[in-house]
Amino acid sequence: MPEIPKEEYILRCTSACAGCSSSLVLRYIFKAAGPDSVLVVPACCTSVIQGIYPNTAMNIPVYNVAFASAAAVASGMSSAYRAMGRKTNVICYAGDGGTVDIGIQALSGALERGTDFLYICYDNEAYSNTGMQRSGGTPLGAKTTTTPGGKKDNKKDLDRIVAAHNLPYMATACSAYPIDLYKKVKKALSIRGPKFIHILAPCPPGWRYPSEETIEMGKLAVKTGMWVLYEREYGTFSLTGASRAAMKKRLPVRDYLVRQGRFKGIDEETIDLLQQTVDGNMERYAREVEGIC
Amino acid sequence: MLTVATGNKAVATAVKHAKPAVVAAYPITPQTEIVEQIANFVESGEMEADYIPVESEHSSMAACIGASATGVRSFTATSSHGLVYMCEMLHWAAGARLPIVMANANRALGPGWNIWAEHSDSLSMRDTGWLQVYVGSVQEAYDATLMAFRIAEHEDVMLPVMINLDGFTLTHIMQPLETVDPGDFIPPCTIAHAIDTANPGGYGTLTPPTEHFKFRWDIERAMRDSVEVIRETEDEFARRFGRRYAPVEKYRFDDADVVVVAMGTLGKEAEVAADILRDEGIRAGSARVRWFRPFPAIDFGEKEVVVIDRDYSFGYGGILARELTAAYGITPYSVIAGLGGQEVTYDDIAGFVRERRPGGEFWFGVSD
Repeated sequence: MPEIPKEEYILRCTSACAGCSSSLVLRYIFKAAGPDSVLVVPACCTSVIQGIYPNTAMNIPVYNVAFASAAAVASGMSSAYRAMGRKTNVICYAGDGGTVDIGIQALSGALERGTDFLYICYDNEAYSNTGMQRSGGTPLGAKTTTTPGGKKDNKKDLDRIVAAHNLPYMATACSAYPIDLYKKVKKALSIRGPKFIHILAPCPPGWRYPSEETIEMGKLAVKTGMWVLYEREYGTFSLTGASRAAMKKRLPVRDYLVRQGRFKGIDEETIDLLQQTVDGNMERYAREVEGIC
Repeated sequence: MLTVATGNKAVATAVKHAKPAVVAAYPITPQTEIVEQIANFVESGEMEADYIPVESEHSSMAACIGASATGVRSFTATSSHGLVYMCEMLHWAAGARLPIVMANANRALGPGWNIWAEHSDSLSMRDTGWLQVYVGSVQEAYDATLMAFRIAEHEDVMLPVMINLDGFTLTHIMQPLETVDPGDFIPPCTIAHAIDTANPGGYGTLTPPTEHFKFRWDIERAMRDSVEVIRETEDEFARRFGRRYAPVEKYRFDDADVVVVAMGTLGKEAEVAADILRDEGIRAGSARVRWFRPFPAIDFGEKEVVVIDRDYSFGYGGILARELTAAYGITPYSVIAGLGGQEVTYDDIAGFVRERRPGGEFWFGVSD
């Protein structure tokens, strides 16, 4: 169990929704990164959470940038700090929309160029700060304001796209497991070059569950296999934390779906499809763990 | 040092002399030679900059924003579709008050696909908060690029500067070029509002209606202050290096009855046209607008004005002509010429003056 620093870098004046798991994620990222860090934020919930000018809820410099540009801005910052001989952490903190959709070109370019930065996608599976529209990260069957009948398409497999860039370190995490998250951020920042962490961040208003259940919702995601915790360090894959147990024994995805209003009225066929996807993914991960593929 | 160079090479050489810490760039015709040349300078060790070969123009401006936000000097170059692709980031650069310098090789926008000179690209960025200078020779491309860093980074300005040079007619032609050692003409880059991790703040945070307009006014105040900074910089440049520039380059202007106003290389051609017309007994002159933003002050007196626009605002008119009309109440003869690299000679320009119809508009080469 790592010693988690007592310092708080998120102050008590955020504009986050009650039960916001993303602000919890950010709290641990800051603790792991320490004060010599800059957060680059495109349009996303965090641009709201940080508060309104002239105030800021963050005790770390936060640089707000255009939606599509976060990873490219980080490239420029990283280059500038290198030119100055400084080791300041450059961390992009972007939602799923800003990562899997509009920001993916800049992300891909920065990863390909070997930019020395950490890109974190906190995934609440929708455009949440604009009122819950579908993104490429929204799962099959989820209702959003632009998919009122449930999303017809699968969640984009961002991690496999990122992995194809062969970066030195990438990982997944979940807001329900902050120690696992803290350790991954620490490790990522100890490595030079591009790093990527994809974090599931359940969203009470968007997913339509009571705000006090935000940790439980994250745990259910991992226990059902709808979200898998792992690391890919210099290409070597390993499951971490609760996903190791989930590999052996999982709850059915139905247990996760029924707790959320966004899946209300989902048909049996779609539940089966989601279960098959989870089972297929877990088989793929099992083969990777065994070194078969 | 006296040499011969293309407009692109002149810009790249000036950038080398200005010593930016970061150059982010994406290739696009006819700008490409600038970023190729800078890549070569960096590769050979002639330049110490960090060269970021980005995946798009949107990202090249974004990377310059990131670099500049930390307090270092940054540069990029683009053209045409690349410029309009980065349009969003142009607003972010100016809004964040970052003194980024960029060269733009003026080029038409498609369709049809056209790689030749036109000012529609940069003039469509008119309201982004960038200073814009249009150059007329290889030497001026070099000189203006050097001065751009000093102007952009001046504490009274802190706004990005775009140097515009006509695609091919200036980017690719060879002319004599005298380079200088800028010395302390360009002081070290200091940005008071650069990110400071020891004193963390929020940059570009959600800004309410009670505050936003104050930032817009600050940009306008800096634009107004830049007039004096440009004057001081061009005076100092003349004092140190012997070449004098003004926001508007006037030629046989003062005693002229009719003057041709244009930007870029057509503004230089207009000087030759004025000589031809003078030989015919027409008292002609020219005024080449260099700084389009901030918009220059020109006293036309009772002179007739012929404006050549290598651009057009559809449904309205030639952009330079209409801006001059709005600013000075003149009724120019508005000529639309040179779009997409259409050839316009000094003889053609002399013809525009001979056939002028004050208040009228003429599309050169269009018969219907």
